[in-house]
Amino acid sequence: MSDALLSIKNLSAGYGDFVAVESVDLAVKKGQIVSLIGINGAGKTTLMHTVAGLHKPASGKVLFGGEDITGLPADKIVAKGLSLVPQGGRCFTRMSVQDNLLMGSFPRSARKNAKQTLEHIYELFPDLGEMKQRPAGNLSGGQRQMVAIGRALMGDPECLIFDEISLGLSPAVINDIYKKIKRINEEENTSIILIEQDIHRALKASDAFYVMLKGRVALSGQSDEIDSETLKKAYFGI
Amino acid sequence: MYFAQVLINGILLGSVYALLGVGMTMIFGIVKLTNLAHGEFVILGAYLSTVLAPLLGIDPILTLFITVPLMFLLGFLLQYLLIGWAMKKGSEPALLVTFGLSIILQDGMLMLFSADAQHIPVSYSMDTVKIGSLEISVLHLVLFAISLVSIAALSLFLRNTYIGRAIRATADDADVAALSGVNINRIYAIAMGIAMASAAVAGLCVGMKWTYDPSAGGNYLLIAFVVVVIGGMGSVPGTLVAGILFGMAQVIGGASYGLLISYILLLLVLIFRPKGIFGK
Repeated sequence: MSDALLSIKNLSAGYGDFVAVESVDLAVKKGQIVSLIGINGAGKTTLMHTVAGLHKPASGKVLFGGEDITGLPADKIVAKGLSLVPQGGRCFTRMSVQDNLLMGSFPRSARKNAKQTLEHIYELFPDLGEMKQRPAGNLSGGQRQMVAIGRALMGDPECLIFDEISLGLSPAVINDIYKKIKRINEEENTSIILIEQDIHRALKASDAFYVMLKGRVALSGQSDEIDSETLKKAYFGI
Repeated sequence: MYFAQVLINGILLGSVYALLGVGMTMIFGIVKLTNLAHGEFVILGAYLSTVLAPLLGIDPILTLFITVPLMFLLGFLLQYLLIGWAMKKGSEPALLVTFGLSIILQDGMLMLFSADAQHIPVSYSMDTVKIGSLEISVLHLVLFAISLVSIAALSLFLRNTYIGRAIRATADDADVAALSGVNINRIYAIAMGIAMASAAVAGLCVGMKWTYDPSAGGNYLLIAFVVVVIGGMGSVPGTLVAGILFGMAQVIGGASYGLLISYILLLLVLIFRPKGIFGK
């Protein structure tokens, strides 16, 4: 656990009296892809929103690069190199594709290389280069997802969290996006957390996995070592 | 001929109404708050220019170099220290804080400046220029230039700077803006600062064109409301168009029917385009 880039220790979070995440431990090494899987309402998104600073934790700790980032606001956490790509390809719909991407370089540390990073993103997602002046609100779901990924990459993150990236997209678009994620991981050695409901896709893409159920980690391990029967039982709680 | 004169006067005067609405629409669109003290901010801006111009022996327009930064700072601090704190407890407490601010400002100005009507005198207030058969007030031309330069500068700032983009992004989706590294509370404070800076400019224009007193803020709040709703909440170009429409209604209707025509226009917009002309 000591060589982890991101360490979540005994973290709990909720909404009023409702406990959505309870005593969760999770670790992600530098350059590792980790999938976080579970049914709807298992607490995956709440857990990662808490890590990313959108939600306040009730207790526990979050360490990033050895530094305690528990309860810091989202903007401070992004500046430290931890970015979350929210569910549904959320973009600034009234702004152009290019302005959306430039928003990702808002942290001062990212502004210096913004121009080169932007070129790199247009090379990674050529479609975005062709529609840079178009309002993001006019894009398809897949294109918006690319904008959201590009925006997160503009901040030059060390660790990226993708929240249900395949939700509502066609299989061809999902395959394409997963290839890009693999490329980002390999080229930049960026650690990646994939929040997914699709067990098979998540396991295929990741090095390690965590299954969440009713706010707790029900099972964890190496993605290539788990048998489907054990996984199914943990996933559905049977 | 009559129509051309009305059109010119409406556009020139309408730019001032647009300026009145700009600060209001920014707070609506970005902070998602109805600022009930906006009218008093405008009147405060007018008093500041009225006091500073003779005190420093400068043209009233030059007082903007002092009043704009001063009001920006005041707006920033008000939002950061007071309204932002109230917003954490909900939108109603924040609304009540702005209502309280309007009362405090009104009574404060009454104590300092008395209830006497004031005016910012300029030497060209009665001058006109003839363009063909049209007769145009020099004062209206000056007010138009001040308003247009202010609104254009604000639009360029919002479009071409990191902070401007962050303001637009926050208006669109505050959570995603935070995930992009934007300190939302600071952006709210900057937006309030800009709203108060625009109120300083609007106050100067109001003071140069009309008389005012500490209780006049309510009228300008109402005008700003109408302009913002017609233009579309949060839209700066919409506010400009709505301001000009409002100005034309005032010119056509005069003192008797100007407001009536404006409110009929407001009703029509609410029926056919409830989110305003430029609203999304």
